[in-house]
Amino acid sequence: MAPIIIKNIRQDFGDFNAVKESSFTIEDGEFFMLLGPSGCGKTTTLRMIAGLELPTSGEIFLDGEEISQKPPSQRDIAFVFQMFALYPHMNVRKNLSYPLVSQGMQRAQVKAKVDEVAQILGIHDILNRPVGGLSGGDRQRVALGRAIVRDPKAFMMDEPLGALDAEFREHMAEELRALHDRMNATTVYVTHDQLEAMQMGDKIVVMNNAVVEQFGTPQEIYDKPATMFVADFIGSPSMNFLRFEGAVPEGARSVDLNGHMLGIPRQMQGASGSLVFGVRPEHVTLNDSGTYRGEVLATEYLGTTQIITLATPNGELKARIDSAQVARVGETVGLGFNADAITLFDESNGGALRSELNDEVLAHG
Amino acid sequence: MSSFSVTEPSRRAKWFAGTLVILYALITMVPLAWIMLTGFKSPSDAISYPPKVFFEPTLEGYVNLFTTRTRQTPEFLAANPPENWYEEIVREYDMVIVGPSKFGERFLNSVIIGFGSTFLSIFLGTLSAYAFSRFKIPLADDLLFFILSTRMMPPIAVAIPIFLMYRQLGLSDTHLGMILLYTGVNISLAVWLLKGFIDEIPLEYEEAALIDGYTRFQAFYKVVLPQAATGIASTAIFCLIFAWNEYAFAVLLTSGTAQTAPPFIPTIIGVGGLDWPAVAAGATIFLLPVMIFTILLRKHLLRGITFGAVRK
Ligand SMILES: Nc1ncnc2c1ncn2[C@@H]1O[C@H](COP(=O)(O)OP(=O)(O)OP(=O)(O)O)[C@@H](O)[C@H]1O
Ligand SMILES: [Mg+2]
Repeated sequence: MAPIIIKNIRQDFGDFNAVKESSFTIEDGEFFMLLGPSGCGKTTTLRMIAGLELPTSGEIFLDGEEISQKPPSQRDIAFVFQMFALYPHMNVRKNLSYPLVSQGMQRAQVKAKVDEVAQILGIHDILNRPVGGLSGGDRQRVALGRAIVRDPKAFMMDEPLGALDAEFREHMAEELRALHDRMNATTVYVTHDQLEAMQMGDKIVVMNNAVVEQFGTPQEIYDKPATMFVADFIGSPSMNFLRFEGAVPEGARSVDLNGHMLGIPRQMQGASGSLVFGVRPEHVTLNDSGTYRGEVLATEYLGTTQIITLATPNGELKARIDSAQVARVGETVGLGFNADAITLFDESNGGALRSELNDEVLAHG
Repeated sequence: MSSFSVTEPSRRAKWFAGTLVILYALITMVPLAWIMLTGFKSPSDAISYPPKVFFEPTLEGYVNLFTTRTRQTPEFLAANPPENWYEEIVREYDMVIVGPSKFGERFLNSVIIGFGSTFLSIFLGTLSAYAFSRFKIPLADDLLFFILSTRMMPPIAVAIPIFLMYRQLGLSDTHLGMILLYTGVNISLAVWLLKGFIDEIPLEYEEAALIDGYTRFQAFYKVVLPQAATGIASTAIFCLIFAWNEYAFAVLLTSGTAQTAPPFIPTIIGVGGLDWPAVAAGATIFLLPVMIFTILLRKHLLRGITFGAVRK
């Protein structure tokens, strides 16, 4: 197992730039998520790490060694394909043995290793079956088995649960995470599902339009988004954006929204012009003493909490509040915001303004 | 309870289809069966009218096909009694066997040239089809069209230039010359058919093999080839059938060493009067290799032929 350091890698397909200079670090043994909307370059990034695509420029270090231009066979990285790509002309055992045979391993040793992996994954009873008739879950396990059987330095997984139906996905996700914790293997996992990324990942890279938007732990990315894209992409419902024109000086602890002073974390960067007041729904409270007010448009009951949609002078706002609290549609209510959890964005570039809250995260992200 | 299904044909439709297939099979099989039967007839049975369906079978035709014979004086025949069953057969006509005929040689030529050119077409066809399917080749579409265009006129239209070229190059009446010629004709079919098959094989299988520690070439022959087996088998059969049955170029370019069976079989007719059973025996044996080859590969063939039709 080994850390992977990505430095300014870039991929061009002819005139098309699929990945712009991107950098991030995957620590040894981490379960690392590559998250982003469709077409943003996740698969391309993963394939560059595995060697299925050679980067146009940039460096990739695996275990301290620069590998960006090496063929995949010399990288010792395993890859789990979205559609599994099990060799259709071989049975399960042959599929699992294949990566070992290529290393010239003795037959008895191959058999022992395959049996061990089959035991771990619970597929020993299907070892002699052709892969054609297997269920989705078993295919998934065989694909994982083929990846772990040779103890590679790292695993790449491209939406490995994408081909399974929703019910089974969750089960498989747990299995996968448990397997990772047991083996402690450096794993890079591609997904476009932010929930999956938040649940399973130790670290997340959020990509959009061929660039890395942010890189950090799920908590950092959720609480301290570096860009409006990340704030919007992560979380359901996503972060509220209250747009306003104005100026925020460095050191400010409050901001003027339509004449209402709202508390914010101490700003470490000043800005003016089109600004955005970003607040997650759970940091909005209904508060009769609040001077900043909004009209209730809709309520959505979710069991212990409810989502209230309000119209405010700065745009629509969603609040996640206790179900016990009463909010009637049409009513105008006072609102309170958790001052410590606010992020201000500069709308012109979509970036977060540095503050006490996110300074540390933005410095490395 | 009656039901209507889109995919399952009705009983009447099945009967109708079945009858049609059997009728068609009968029509196409009759000449074949006739040739095979004629091979076992005596010359008089072979030309009797009305034609005989039941007759006393004899191997005369086959003996005549494989041997050259000469008429002998009664004294010689009396002094040298026949030593085996085939000598006995020719004795009925006061003849003795003086040696093997050229048929064996010609048949072997057909085998060498037919299978040789098939192998070469498949070998080159698979490699180029793989390249066209997987790599970014400049002007790939134009190249593919050019390859196809080599089949747009009947090959025999260029018979004269090829004849002159072969004479200059010393390729006339050589195995190599015929193998190259038939490969040249078949290669475009092979590239196009095989490209279709290889296009259908998902790239991920090769990538999985690369990841599993194999080189690009190992991935090609360990993963791609087995999966293209169906396509390779059906393409091979098409190539073999063409090369095996080709007559016009064989007549034009071969006369001795490299002569194949198709131009040779008709020449039997001239040897000792109209020896129809020998001709029929030659035709029967000539049919066998393609038949056996097809039967051996039929599992692949059936899938291969329906493959492109079902998907996409
Ligand atoms: N070989 C290629 N040639 C040209 N363009 C490519 C190639 N591979 C990918 N692309 C393009 O690069 C962009 C990024 O593709 P990529 O597959 O990395 O996206 P992704 O983030 O994995 O998306 P998805 O969630 O849909 O899988 C896409 O616009 C895609 O069309
Ligand atoms: Mg992808």
